[in-house]
Amino acid sequence: MNENPDTQARQIMDNLTLYYGPKKKFVAICAGTGCRASGSLKVKEALEAELKKQNLGDVDVLATGCLGFCEKGPMMVIHPDKYFYQHVKVEDVPEIISKTVAKGEVISRLLYRHPETKKTLFREEDLPFYKKQHRVVFGQNGMIDPARIEDYFAINGYQALGKVLSEMTPEDVISEVKKAGLRGRGGGGFHAAVKWEGVRRAHGDPKYVIANGDEGDPGAYMDRSLMEGNPHSVIEGMIIGAYAVGSNQGYIYVRNEYPLAVTHLSIAIEAAREMGLLGKNILGTDFSFDIQITKGAGAFVCGESSALFASVEGRAGEPRAKYVHAVEKGLYDKPTVLNNVETWANVPLIINRGADWYNSIGTEGSKGTKIFSLVGKINNTGLIEVPMGTTLYEIIYDMGGGIPNGKKFKAVQTGGPSGGCIPESLLDIPVDFDKLYEVGSMMGSGGMIVMDETSCMVDVARYFLEFLKEESCGKCVPCREGVRRMSDILEDICAGKGREGDVELLETMGKAIADGSLCALGGSAPNPVLSTIRYFREEYDAHIRDHRCPAGVCKALIRYSIDAEKCTGCGVCVKVCATKAISGEKKKAHVIDKDQCTRCGACIQSCKFDAINVK
Amino acid sequence: MVNMMIDGKKVSAPKGTMLLESIRGAGIAVPTLCAHEAISRSGACRLCVVEIKKGNRTRIVTSCLYGVEEGLIVDTKSERVLNVRRLVMELLLARCPESDVLQKMARDMGVEPQPRYAVDTDKGKCILCRSCVRVCEEVVGVSAIGLFSRGSYKEVGTPYNEKSDVCIGCGACVYVCPTGHIEMISTGDKRKIWGRTFKMQACSKCGKFFAPVDQLKFISKKTGTSMEELSVCTECR
Repeated sequence: MNENPDTQARQIMDNLTLYYGPKKKFVAICAGTGCRASGSLKVKEALEAELKKQNLGDVDVLATGCLGFCEKGPMMVIHPDKYFYQHVKVEDVPEIISKTVAKGEVISRLLYRHPETKKTLFREEDLPFYKKQHRVVFGQNGMIDPARIEDYFAINGYQALGKVLSEMTPEDVISEVKKAGLRGRGGGGFHAAVKWEGVRRAHGDPKYVIANGDEGDPGAYMDRSLMEGNPHSVIEGMIIGAYAVGSNQGYIYVRNEYPLAVTHLSIAIEAAREMGLLGKNILGTDFSFDIQITKGAGAFVCGESSALFASVEGRAGEPRAKYVHAVEKGLYDKPTVLNNVETWANVPLIINRGADWYNSIGTEGSKGTKIFSLVGKINNTGLIEVPMGTTLYEIIYDMGGGIPNGKKFKAVQTGGPSGGCIPESLLDIPVDFDKLYEVGSMMGSGGMIVMDETSCMVDVARYFLEFLKEESCGKCVPCREGVRRMSDILEDICAGKGREGDVELLETMGKAIADGSLCALGGSAPNPVLSTIRYFREEYDAHIRDHRCPAGVCKALIRYSIDAEKCTGCGVCVKVCATKAISGEKKKAHVIDKDQCTRCGACIQSCKFDAINVK
Repeated sequence: MVNMMIDGKKVSAPKGTMLLESIRGAGIAVPTLCAHEAISRSGACRLCVVEIKKGNRTRIVTSCLYGVEEGLIVDTKSERVLNVRRLVMELLLARCPESDVLQKMARDMGVEPQPRYAVDTDKGKCILCRSCVRVCEEVVGVSAIGLFSRGSYKEVGTPYNEKSDVCIGCGACVYVCPTGHIEMISTGDKRKIWGRTFKMQACSKCGKFFAPVDQLKFISKKTGTSMEELSVCTECR
């Protein structure tokens, strides 16, 4: 060991960066779970074979993590020009190599076309989807193959750790993170540095550092894409956090349904150990820290801190009362820092670029950027990273490209199943922790589900309560029994059996469940109901009083009929109707027998004349 | 000692104790179903909730698990508190309509069954307070029963609902069950509990059947007392 271990850490890191300088010419092909499903690995293989064939073996192919614009997968970015190609197929590969890689020529059929101006756009940053984003955390995904630690070195990876170990005391690290204003990305929005400080001060040994990768919200995959696409950023953040609080043992809790995340994290941990970045005497200093992966079995509640600890300890994932905070008694009753995956990935950035840079991004109370997964009735499905304080309107219309098929926006559900539905009138609010809470929703881990006029808000509330009923751990009465009863009432309303007074009862129950539940799952479970009642009360009334589902979703409350003027009597609907509910003479208007009709919608999809009415 | 205000009364309590004891010590009634002196607390029933105020912040906590604190202002009957308790009672009445314990408790609290909830017919009198599970693990030390499934499907029972090899038939679970859900039938030299029939030991002095043989064997093994000595009932000892 060197006489001055601290400078040795610096030297090791400097050598690494010299050795692994930034890449120039390479092809980044998205190999996130979404693009893999649409065949990106085959494209990658074809790229490698073709490069060899065309004697361009020096051009690197990076199978990167998620690039965000999942709607357009498989996609690739060709450096140094950063040309963006979408929906790439194996057949396109020879041309891509011979034209774009070898000569820098673009192939226009693979380019993105602006949906309004119809102009083809060349580069990633020109696309409206990416233009307004601020991808400081997530953008790194496009520069690295997550299975290669050297790629991470090439983008200054582990430089923050080198800086921390050679120049900063643990207190310096905490105060830098505090100054940056980093708040937990997992949902609570608690100040990370306050937790860290608490654990640093707490008595108890050992101390633990945990990354919460138990992302369970329907439609959310930000954390998955970080663990899959840039595992070292999470690991580096954790090592820095461990140094700050004085911990030698860390865990990454990741659900087993994320096999690629588990694989990439395992490879990354192994590689970091080999490079002396994890394990005993990290970078030659006397600081030691190692990380173990714990695979969760997929219970939604295990994302809750005390249930997560129970699960890591090998017990059933049930929360406990948290009147003694995890910073004092967490995992195995020892002081524990638990932060979300995305929170950890922010830490190296703060150290590298400084707290002043970091807190210049965002709003008064929420600093930095946030990754959101934008799904549902939206043109540009994918992952976006924006500065805190970006408005919902910008997210949905500028980046998301608005609502498909000319439909009208109705609501956006933020914060996962226990978040709330935000109506159109509030699209101008800046998205941050406090603002979302004010309007009856929450940040959660960053899920955004967009709904249009064809979504029934009562049905949406019913869906989420059904999910939460299944996912309640069952320990405390208000959540186990209360959410079930709320779900029953919502089922009734959607089935046309709603009663006068149901809405008021749901409100009373919702408040008492939120107040009385043991953990945050029950505490926030009524949100989808309370927020839809708050903003879409008229839809509840229509269901209960008028036995009508205005959006035409709830089957018990809708009737299909054929518009005799539009119907040409072509008979296509007769063929697709599974219950033989449609009849009529050829070339004359048909009719639907409402008793036979199951309202499956097959006739609507088959009718070319828009002749089927739903009321 | 710490000093607090509970429903407007000055109350002091030893550090490290729980709020529930201070409240009851002050002569204020707090309903509970899952707090039992023999076992650790789980905070499952939520009936003991109270509203506390610290600085400008008020919140609902379970008094059975909340440690006393200097300067705490406690309201045991605020509207929020009563709403939670009413909800819990209504939910439990719908789950276990046949429980006389719950019915009496509801009457005392002035809570009526909520007609909007369809009553359950398959839950018996079990409110899932887990007192039985805790006593089996913490006091008896055998963990013959546990909780399985999640959410509203949760149940108490032996693993896979099969006859338990480790159950000693002691009946501690029956003793702590607040609603009388667990069935234990003792007839002469036999006792039936959790689907298993246990042979009872007759007192070597008075001849009365007083405990399952398996329980005495368990105690003998644990304490080193001979079976001979343990075969005398407590009354004849």
